[in-house]
Amino acid sequence: MADIAISPVAASTLDSAPRPLIEGRRSLSQVTRDVLAPMEGRPTALWFVALAASVTLLGLGATAVTYEIATGIGTWGLNRTVGWAFDITNFVFWIGIGHAGTLISAILFLLRQRWRTSVNRAAEAMTIFAVMCAGIFPIIHTGRPWFAYWMMPYPNFRGPLWVNFRSPLVWDFFAISTYFTVSAMFWYIGLLPDFATIRDKSASWWRRKIAGFLSLGWTGSYRTWQRYEVVYLMLAGLGTPLVISVHTIVSWDFATAVMPGWHATIFPPYFVAGAIFSGMAMVLTLMIIARKLMRLENYITLRHLGAMCKLVIATSGIVGLAYATEFFTAMYSGNQYEQFVFANRALGPFAWAYWVMVACNVIIPQLLWFPHIRTRVGAIFAISLFVNVGMWFERFVIIVTSLHRDFLPSNWSSYAPTRIEVATLLGSFGLFFTCFLLFCRFLPVIAVAEVKGVLKHTWPHSQVGDRDGNPVEVQHV
Amino acid sequence: MSSRRLIGVFENEEKTIQAIEASRQRGYKVVDVFGPHGSHEIERAMALSPSRIPWVVFAIGLLGAGLKVWFEFWTTAQDWPLNVGGKPFNSLPAFVPVTFEVMVLFAAVSAVISFFIVCRLFPGKKTQVPVEGITDDRFALVLEQTDSRFDVAVVARLLFTLGAVAVREQLAEEVPA
Repeated sequence: MADIAISPVAASTLDSAPRPLIEGRRSLSQVTRDVLAPMEGRPTALWFVALAASVTLLGLGATAVTYEIATGIGTWGLNRTVGWAFDITNFVFWIGIGHAGTLISAILFLLRQRWRTSVNRAAEAMTIFAVMCAGIFPIIHTGRPWFAYWMMPYPNFRGPLWVNFRSPLVWDFFAISTYFTVSAMFWYIGLLPDFATIRDKSASWWRRKIAGFLSLGWTGSYRTWQRYEVVYLMLAGLGTPLVISVHTIVSWDFATAVMPGWHATIFPPYFVAGAIFSGMAMVLTLMIIARKLMRLENYITLRHLGAMCKLVIATSGIVGLAYATEFFTAMYSGNQYEQFVFANRALGPFAWAYWVMVACNVIIPQLLWFPHIRTRVGAIFAISLFVNVGMWFERFVIIVTSLHRDFLPSNWSSYAPTRIEVATLLGSFGLFFTCFLLFCRFLPVIAVAEVKGVLKHTWPHSQVGDRDGNPVEVQHV
Repeated sequence: MSSRRLIGVFENEEKTIQAIEASRQRGYKVVDVFGPHGSHEIERAMALSPSRIPWVVFAIGLLGAGLKVWFEFWTTAQDWPLNVGGKPFNSLPAFVPVTFEVMVLFAAVSAVISFFIVCRLFPGKKTQVPVEGITDDRFALVLEQTDSRFDVAVVARLLFTLGAVAVREQLAEEVPA
């Protein structure tokens, strides 16, 4: 057995040298132990603090929504000019957050990006929780959420009355329900082998029982693995156009209206890029929290964070180009209403929101070009928060600045959110983080079987360690 | 009918692949191989025939899309035609988004359901893994005795030579197929 020494990779050299996917020479069983450890042990105090804060926000949001449903939409700051504001801003924001999960799990899988294995489980969980948060807003926005099922075509007693398939609201309903279903199935299928590992390895009796039930009798047979991989590939292949279609449809909510500032053919690609941008920033935020709370620094490495940072830079560039294109199109169109909307965005009463958006989405992410910023976890975390804020403002700017000064100056009005709207937004964050923290505690945050599958690619020219993690048959380090 | 099976336990993927190839070259029947993670190399070594699930997914996806186009046309243009903003009753381009979503939904659900059916996976299934550690860090190669060439002692020695850490003998009924 060769005796080898692995020196820790200095942060300054991280960008020039190929970095391992998983740090520390991990054996297969060590991966199982490491990933199952946060589930088996007692959570950290930090986890309890985070959960308490999230549940408090969730409670605040639930109270606000209950009050709003009991009283009516009049509790929001909407008026006859600004008919949409926080509700649809939050909806588009949360749907966008979900998209990076599908990007990491499906698109990067199709592109054979092995680094995705450490982050895909958490990113898929993020997708599901974000779509849940998004779903709340159109439902309560209808004013009578108990009739939400009217968006579904069903045989009813009011004669042959059907939903209007030419309405973007119905498109949204189909897009989001399909997206949620497919994302949930993708997540569950990915979890099957890990449930079997928990069933066989967990120290807790009830966890073994629950995981045994959920593992559906998984044995690890390669006849099953083969079909599993086919199904995983099918779901990834279906999920990729699905995720693009979902945000395209969300953009059509706006683009099919004849409203200056909305009626733009650039909206579908612009929205999809923005969704991936905001989602990638949220994945970074969550991964940095999870690696700290669950001590997964060996699995979610600087290489993973660096790769996601590069995606943030790329999508930030696309979003920046879209902002510029919108201005150019308005100027070039010769349409005075279109030109006014864009001048009003940059210089009008909501100019502050516009410039917050530009600063957070276009200017600040450029810092990630510098390798020494891209390798500092604190800096990445701060930039990811700025992008989250900026992308929320992007949706706010699109909606409110297009609406508040419409064709007739006599209609002009302003908009300010009420406390109920702010509480509902905070409540959606509470729901998201409560679900995410519970997920971190009760399910494997890292896809155990997938990480094991890429271990052999982690250390070139050598094989993975033996049961105790000692390297075997090392030819070259 | 019971038959004799030998289970070779390995600690790494490469040795498992060598053992599968050596066993198949000698004409031994590879019943199944078990392991903790997916491996295309192992599947290739076992010479598994390609799965037919993609065909099911393709057919049911097309069926979903076809049914949805028909349903949208029937509800909007035939059963209860409504004039919405002067748009034509049969607004085919406007039907595309929902048709696409329903196609994806049918295809994805059919992929998962056919996977469960083909692999016989269902909640509460009584599980038998051939040896412990399969879902953690062990690989298991299950060989079946089909004729007199299969001498248990010889095969066991071969498996040990190829890097097996343990070899177990079982009757067929004890081993999951």
